[in-house]
Amino acid sequence: MSKREVDDFSGVETTGHEWDGIRELDNPMPRWWLWTFMACIVWAFGYVIFYPAVPLLTEATPGVLGYSSRAELHKEVAEVRASRAGLIAKIENMPLEDIRQDVDLLQFANNGGRAAYAVNCVQCHGSGATGSPGYPNLNDDDWIWGGELEAIQTTLQHGIRYAVDDDTRFSEMPAFGRDGLLDRAQIGAVSQHVLQLAGQPHDAAQAAAGQQLYADNCAACHGDKGLGDRELGAPNISDAIWLYGDSATEIARQIHAPRHGVMPAWGGRLDPVTIKQLTIYIHSLGGGE
Amino acid sequence: MGNVVLIVLLGLAAVAGLIGAARGHDGLFQAHAWVIVAASLVAIACLLQRLDRPKSSEAAEGYADGVVRYGVIATIFWGVTGFVVGLVIALQLAFPELNLGYSFTSFGRLRPLHTSAVIFAFGGNALIATSFYVVQRTCRARLALGGLHWFVFWGYQLFIVLAATGYLMGATQSKEYAEPEWYVDIWLTLVWVAYLLVFLCTLFKRKEPHIYVANWFYLAFIVTVAMLHIVNNLAIPVSFLGSKSYSAFSGVQDALTQWWYGHNAVGFFLTAGFLGMMYYFVPKQADRPVFSYRLSIIHFWALIFLYIWAGPHHLHYTALPDWAQTLGMVFSIMLWMPSWGGMINGLMTLSGAWDKLRTDPVLRMMVVAIAFYGMSTFEGPMMSIKAVNGLSHYTDWTIGHVHSGALGWVGMISFGAIYFLVPKLWNRSGLHSLRLVSWHVWLATIGIVIYAAAMWVSGITQGLMWREYDPNGFLVYSFAETVSAMHPFYIIRAFGGLVYISGAVLMVYNVWRTIKGSPATRAVAADAAAPQAA
Repeated sequence: MSKREVDDFSGVETTGHEWDGIRELDNPMPRWWLWTFMACIVWAFGYVIFYPAVPLLTEATPGVLGYSSRAELHKEVAEVRASRAGLIAKIENMPLEDIRQDVDLLQFANNGGRAAYAVNCVQCHGSGATGSPGYPNLNDDDWIWGGELEAIQTTLQHGIRYAVDDDTRFSEMPAFGRDGLLDRAQIGAVSQHVLQLAGQPHDAAQAAAGQQLYADNCAACHGDKGLGDRELGAPNISDAIWLYGDSATEIARQIHAPRHGVMPAWGGRLDPVTIKQLTIYIHSLGGGE
Repeated sequence: MGNVVLIVLLGLAAVAGLIGAARGHDGLFQAHAWVIVAASLVAIACLLQRLDRPKSSEAAEGYADGVVRYGVIATIFWGVTGFVVGLVIALQLAFPELNLGYSFTSFGRLRPLHTSAVIFAFGGNALIATSFYVVQRTCRARLALGGLHWFVFWGYQLFIVLAATGYLMGATQSKEYAEPEWYVDIWLTLVWVAYLLVFLCTLFKRKEPHIYVANWFYLAFIVTVAMLHIVNNLAIPVSFLGSKSYSAFSGVQDALTQWWYGHNAVGFFLTAGFLGMMYYFVPKQADRPVFSYRLSIIHFWALIFLYIWAGPHHLHYTALPDWAQTLGMVFSIMLWMPSWGGMINGLMTLSGAWDKLRTDPVLRMMVVAIAFYGMSTFEGPMMSIKAVNGLSHYTDWTIGHVHSGALGWVGMISFGAIYFLVPKLWNRSGLHSLRLVSWHVWLATIGIVIYAAAMWVSGITQGLMWREYDPNGFLVYSFAETVSAMHPFYIIRAFGGLVYISGAVLMVYNVWRTIKGSPATRAVAADAAAPQAA
């Protein structure tokens, strides 16, 4: 059994072993395989000489090239910073309106703002800035807290109802239903009146019944005609743009127990230049005033 | 007598389970204690039925093939289960609504269920079953240590059930491919040591002068997996009656230990183990001698030595020190040829038998498997190069790479082995249908190609979008935009998976019909004779 034989097909000797009918040919290793293996090993030794590789007692060999992935990263970041330094300094020191007048600065601020938006804002406002229920659309001119450059900057800097920031924008509509200020029928009537203000299909009798209730309870903030008040953060409810839905049910639900959205203050997380860039970018989306 | 002792031991296990169920600190631990109680009671019931039955002839002499038969069925069962869960999570990525809003149907829990089901349940059963078959034939010896191999088989199934139910209930120690908690790890360690003992002792009592190369690979797989499993799962339980534990390692040491384990799960479980499978079934099916004994020695030792260092390439550009990243990369590059040694030995074994590919779809299945093995063991070292990894890491390219290895190499070589084994184990004159095997080969191949191509395009797109900067150095895309760009490729990938699964379903039918068919008139397997007679 342990006899070397010659394989008929290849003419190569077997090793003489046999297991369950399996024999092995005594072919040499293919040369190309062996040389490629050797080449990989030689390359590996070369790489080990040039790059940090061999751990010693307190630190590893640094390699002939003195490469370090951290140093490489810092160098790349420093290069980008240096290339932007001039423009950044101008944005830092110039008023927002002046930045908008300078074509180069405007383009740079828009690019930086768009990148900052893609990282920080898309989660709520969407990658096209179209918003979603509860999160305002930033492409239109329906601003709750103002659409001028400075107003947008303040909102970004201090957030909305963000209790950690002392200067945060704050408004709180009373919970008319939950706190017993109005009963169900009254809320239904006010909802119909709001629909009427917005020029939507509504129940005329109910809307009429709701008119006085609206004047007594709502007009102080939202205005007689429902145009809202940006000073108070009271949304315009006479247009077709709705944060929490435009049906009578959704409006009634908001009057009963309003939801109050929160936006974080970005002043503590983003540097002032990035906030300025974001301001200019948001302002440019279509609704800037 | 032996069965009585076993019944007493199982009774004690059931009591221990009851105590765990009564005193456990969390619902998860209690649920698993109930699983232990149920498993013990079922085992006792089965043993009681056997007490008055005379011992079967197989138990006394001949090869222990009963456990291989069970193993083949378990392999097929867990394989199809794992593939289907894979299809579900592929569809969840394309259509997030399919998470269904329940914790146990969410992607986060089904994903480890899928990976463990295919690697450990499907792959593990395939390896245990074929290693038990191969070691007996190539040593001309019955499995050693009496019925311990049955403990290995059923103990491993219990491990799978504990792991799978744990995933669904949210148990995890947050280590990829090593998610099960401490008590499941201890159980697997016991089972694995029993497996090692059965295998080693069978090698010791062999009647052949030399140990066949397939057994080198199987042994390397068993020994190394034991070492990897124990070290990576070193952890302190919060309580011996609770499911939570904390790793013995922290920070970057923990990450490095995890990827030392993770990469060698690929290297020793999915590569070395299945090379063992290839080294037996390919020469048997082709009926040709192995191409080169010398190549098998060199590539075996090179593979074993080099693979264990390659793990750090999973941590390029992280907190891992540069020197460790360098070593992970250069060892991966040096690993290229040792991996290809297996491909060469597999493919060149066919010289003189290439014509059989036209008539033998089982051999074709094995050859396609080897081709995918060669492709993914080239792709792997390439992706370990830091410059390439900077683009490919964290993208779908990695997923594509894993699947060309898992579906192509691991899956198809296992299917080939199953098609080889079923007629022999059940003493049938042949498979029910070779045409169905041929269909399976094509469906599996096309499915993988669709899958891998979709993931290449998607992964490279994803990587390029993540690193896209405008001239001012600002990022161009938001993460959500890169996710929506993946959508079409996720649908194509799911389709590729569906095609692959449909091939596996054909296999289930084919195997079922073969087993249901009538026995061969004369013993097919000449090796069915008792080893003593040979």
